[in-house]
Amino acid sequence: MAQNQSEIRYLTPPSVEVRKKKYCRFRKSGIKYIDYKDPEFLKKFLNEQGKILPRRITGTSIKYQKKVSVAIKRARHLALLPYVTDLLK
Amino acid sequence: MINQYETVFILTPVLSDSQVKESVEKYEQLIKENGGEIIQKQSWGLKKLAYPIQKKNTGFYFLYEFKASSDFIDKLTVLFKRDERVIRNLVVKLNKHAIAYSEKKRNLVKETAKTE
Repeated sequence: MAQNQSEIRYLTPPSVEVRKKKYCRFRKSGIKYIDYKDPEFLKKFLNEQGKILPRRITGTSIKYQKKVSVAIKRARHLALLPYVTDLLK
Repeated sequence: MINQYETVFILTPVLSDSQVKESVEKYEQLIKENGGEIIQKQSWGLKKLAYPIQKKNTGFYFLYEFKASSDFIDKLTVLFKRDERVIRNLVVKLNKHAIAYSEKKRNLVKETAKTE
């Protein structure tokens, strides 16, 4: 059976999707405090409408996602980031 | 209880230079009179707002980092709210990570200033 399997030929080589493992960038680089005064950095965690991206997309750990969301909300209050927009980036 | 705080407030753009200076000095005095110690102050100048506040599209941003007692913070926020010149204010308490971060940032600024 093992021999038979190796004899199977594909016209196009099968593409095996290799998904990159997500990681928490704060854990990896050892950032302890997230600055709300730096809107350019916080924009990495927003989509085009200015909404906060979920953890499942950014890969941030729960501890830091909470801090990111607080920082974004503070920045919004100070008009450093918009509450709603189109085409933020 | 003495804690380290940080405040960012936005003044209306309709003020003249002297009026801006006057209100900034007022708050500086207030911090000092109430036993506070100013650690750093920053003026970001006239900045564009991300969305209009009170039909204004720009504002003067000021940042103060200071040590003060917790009773003073209530007083300060009330004064910010009463002041018509202040269109936005935010006072936050800094934890140990935040203090380390701001210190590091300040040292970086100093070093770059030296090399230049």
